[in-house]
Amino acid sequence: MSAQAPPRTELLLQLADDELVLGWRDSEWTGIAPFLEEDVAFSSIAQTEIGHARAFYELAAAELDTTADELAFDRRPEEYRCAPLVELNLVHDWAKSVARRWLYETADAIRVDSLKASDWPELAGLAAKIEREEAYHALHAGMWHDRLTRSTARERFATAVDELWPYALGLVEGDQRRILCEAAGREDVPAVERGAHVEDWPALWEEMTMVRRTVPGGSW
Amino acid sequence: MSLASALTAERVWEALADVPDPEIPVISVVDLGVVRDVQVDGERVRVEFTPTFLGCPALDVMRTQMADAVRALGAEPEVVVVTDDGWSTDRISAVGREKLRKAGYGPPTPRPTGPIQLVQLQTGAFRCPYCNSIDTRLDNLFGPTACRSIRYCRNCRQPFEQFKTI
Repeated sequence: MSAQAPPRTELLLQLADDELVLGWRDSEWTGIAPFLEEDVAFSSIAQTEIGHARAFYELAAAELDTTADELAFDRRPEEYRCAPLVELNLVHDWAKSVARRWLYETADAIRVDSLKASDWPELAGLAAKIEREEAYHALHAGMWHDRLTRSTARERFATAVDELWPYALGLVEGDQRRILCEAAGREDVPAVERGAHVEDWPALWEEMTMVRRTVPGGSW
Repeated sequence: MSLASALTAERVWEALADVPDPEIPVISVVDLGVVRDVQVDGERVRVEFTPTFLGCPALDVMRTQMADAVRALGAEPEVVVVTDDGWSTDRISAVGREKLRKAGYGPPTPRPTGPIQLVQLQTGAFRCPYCNSIDTRLDNLFGPTACRSIRYCRNCRQPFEQFKTI
């Protein structure tokens, strides 16, 4: 696969990589979330995000004459297009994990809404379906945002949002950044852009691709 | 006349009506409304189906079981997954909803016109499948699978799984 895919495939890979990697990160809370309901919630959200990744990869795979599994697991770490926000290892920091979920859902809602107007019918239809599923993720993120904002942890949560905000801007481009600033009620700042990867990424890639690298072409 | 030449779309639909949902076997894939189209062309049968939730791990099992059901009719199956916006919980049949309720699941409420709001889930008319009371509360937006939430019935003091509306 060439380093630079056609524009519409490039967009699909960005979306798919974001959802796959965030799904993986969210699943890291399985078993160790602050209470049982959140073990279940983070696991369920992770599963749905990875389902969305799969659907995006399948559309891209048809364009690139490959398979969803090959796109998800057989690329080199530098070939992934995910935004640095989703790569960060935030386990053990609940405030940051909630901040990421809230920022991600706020940005994701903006781009999924725009995809519904795509002139590619398969992508527009998929986006409409994804939007209805994501509504539950957004409710969950909003609930936790409000809860932490009103709690004794509010300063810690505010610091977490401040710290992750430049990363959140890197999820979207162009006019969608302005919409994101309005939705989040925050100022535009220099974004942490896609392309470079954070130092947490190689270890996650190692773990994510371990089975496929051990059994090349393996399917499950 | 061979068996396959007598095959009609109606017979395929009947066969698919016996394919259970892998996770909630009380309901069939036809009750669930995920079978979108059946086309019979000689000995080839094309079945189009839509996943409920995209992350549903039962997807591949459903596809295999539907293909097996077509093969059992002596035809060659082609099961195609359509990931458009064509399925919602409103497509679950009335019969399917009643089967869910009897099995202890709250069937999905009708889709609202706008996006789902938290207040609807916190106060809406969600009936307990055990005692029929509407004095129920939302305990967790997320349940054991992507398609269900956890509610609690204050009347009969029973937690139950409520199908999400999408």
